[in-house]
Amino acid sequence: MTRYDRRTLLKASAAFAGASAIGFPSIVRAQADKIKIGHLTPLTGFLGALGAYAQLGIRMAAEEINASGGVMGRQLDILSEDSVNPATASTKAQRMLDQDGVAFLMGEINSASALTIMQVAERNKRLFMQIGARSDALRGKNCNKYTFHVDIPNTVMVNAVGKALVREKMVKDKKFLTLTADYIFGHDLLNAAKRFFAANQGNLIGDELVATDVTDFSPYLLKIRQAKPDVVCSNLAGNQVTTLIKQYAEFGLPYPIVGFNLNTADAWAAGDGNLSGTWPTVWYHTLDVPASKTFVANFIKKNGKPPENHAWIEYITLKIMAQAINETKSTETDKLIAYLEKETEFDILKARKAHFRSWDHQLMQEAYPFTVKPKGQAKDQWDFIALGSAVPDAGEPLESLAPTREQNPCSL
Amino acid sequence: MQFEFLLEQVVNGLVLGGYYLLISLGLSLIFSVGGIVNLAHGAFYALGAYVSVEFTKYLGFGPAIVLSPVAVAVLGILFERFILRRFYSADPILSLLVTFGLAMVTEQAIRIIWGAAPLSAAIPPAFRGSVLVGDFLFSRYRLLILAVVAAVLLAVWLLLHKTSFGRVVRAGIQRPDMVAALGIRLQPYMTAIVMLGVGMAALGGAFFAPITIVHPAMGAEIITVAFVVVVIGGLGSFWGVVIAALLVGVVRGITIHFVPAAGEASIYILMFVVLLLRPRGLLGERIEKFE
Repeated sequence: MTRYDRRTLLKASAAFAGASAIGFPSIVRAQADKIKIGHLTPLTGFLGALGAYAQLGIRMAAEEINASGGVMGRQLDILSEDSVNPATASTKAQRMLDQDGVAFLMGEINSASALTIMQVAERNKRLFMQIGARSDALRGKNCNKYTFHVDIPNTVMVNAVGKALVREKMVKDKKFLTLTADYIFGHDLLNAAKRFFAANQGNLIGDELVATDVTDFSPYLLKIRQAKPDVVCSNLAGNQVTTLIKQYAEFGLPYPIVGFNLNTADAWAAGDGNLSGTWPTVWYHTLDVPASKTFVANFIKKNGKPPENHAWIEYITLKIMAQAINETKSTETDKLIAYLEKETEFDILKARKAHFRSWDHQLMQEAYPFTVKPKGQAKDQWDFIALGSAVPDAGEPLESLAPTREQNPCSL
Repeated sequence: MQFEFLLEQVVNGLVLGGYYLLISLGLSLIFSVGGIVNLAHGAFYALGAYVSVEFTKYLGFGPAIVLSPVAVAVLGILFERFILRRFYSADPILSLLVTFGLAMVTEQAIRIIWGAAPLSAAIPPAFRGSVLVGDFLFSRYRLLILAVVAAVLLAVWLLLHKTSFGRVVRAGIQRPDMVAALGIRLQPYMTAIVMLGVGMAALGGAFFAPITIVHPAMGAEIITVAFVVVVIGGLGSFWGVVIAALLVGVVRGITIHFVPAAGEASIYILMFVVLLLRPRGLLGERIEKFE
């Protein structure tokens, strides 16, 4: 081991102290000019692939905003980290607020992690833009004043697909068997599904809870075969859906399969010829809206692949926040909340503009059911989805698919 | 009817167990001979899957399934030569740390090379769909996997029990000092065992790629199950691992039949019970160097 004598040590300390006195203030000043934003999203685990797209999306928005002069003349600095699990997510959120000096928090896909970050936001009285988690409970019985929700909630996903199923006469008096992700999101989605079946005379004959780390579905597939349902319905999450789709095709079961949740990155991974049925999505890169097409083209130019729905939603959310800061000329929590609660309309690259509903902080926006293109019609490996027309229909209010005041226990 | 359903789950569990076996057997061999718990074993499984997806693009499924394990086995040689070899006589905690670290490095390397989004791989058309044997439903593709596992198993058994190579390996497990006294260097044998072990893991990855998701963390997912199988089967025992793998497959299937939510937990409960009743594992041998 090298031994330092006392003199060297003293010199080093003095040099360090000197450097601190001279150097640090300028660094601190430079950082104060930037608006720091804490961003948490799962980069590992069963939602990791989606989180990777989320990061690409928010980074692209930040670069565009910074290139055009930033917000109120200040650059945005996104501190983005892997949220890992609910406990780590809340620890990191607290640290970002306490030590990193972020103005507010954004992100998340995992409903359980989103819930713990929401608690951090409430405790610290700071804004949390909850972007990608879909459990109804987050904007329902767990809602709080400091959290806004961007992605469509479970009820909307169920209703989006449900409308398409009712139209195809696939619900009334049909026997459904569901497979449900065994955590808050799945349970929540199952509840929404149950309400839908009850309202439309569908018959739920069984439900299988599936752990999020399952890699082999064969025992479940045998149970489906034994139960002989009319329709199999997936309430799974993340890459669980991919595995199910692949193994469902592998076993070649004859029952049609539909689902109330599927993210496009997980659909792409299912491979050609495996996916079938009707599914919901919040956005898809083939959407026929000029602004959306420009975003897709820029994203492909930058990343060499089309954006997934989580890339899109992070992109538009940072743009919404930039607009909010510019309009209020502030990063203060109360002013931002008041601005968002005014139900200001935002362009989110869709045909209709979106707004946050003031009483549950949920973004009201269009959703889309989709089916799978017939074999041979896909232009590339990302193009096998046929997007249905937007729901609600152009004439209906955006709120018509969302939980109503009676259904939603949220009171802010 | 209920009994038939259950029987179907048992048979399906046996098929699944065969697949666990591909990964566990190598893990067990490497531990038995080298005394190293190879936490990077799952990483080689993941590499096997990724390399096979890559090869399939250019060569088709058949050549890819053969070449991918071979390529990964070559990596296994490097792994043994430059990393594992330094840790045979060191504190076991060091080899745990180094293999755990290697598993993380590999996972990140995969993320950098192939990206975080899962890759898609398809079952070759000839093996799509299912067949009914009696009233039992089997996926054609899994029957293919089962046949390959049986062949690999037979080959490994013959290698260990009917060749001079196998005699030295088995002696090396029990009495490395005696083997050394007879003038035999165990190191080349260890290289071969690691090559064989990680090659089998890669074969498992290559075969499972079309029916599961090929993503960076797939290695971390499989290593726990493989470890459970090795612990249940007992160290140093070929048949112990075989029985344990099948048992794990069957117990999981039956649990899912009755209590689907407990499916993944059931194998840990099984491990717990086995450890309680037979701490050495089902057929574990007493190995002096580990006592």
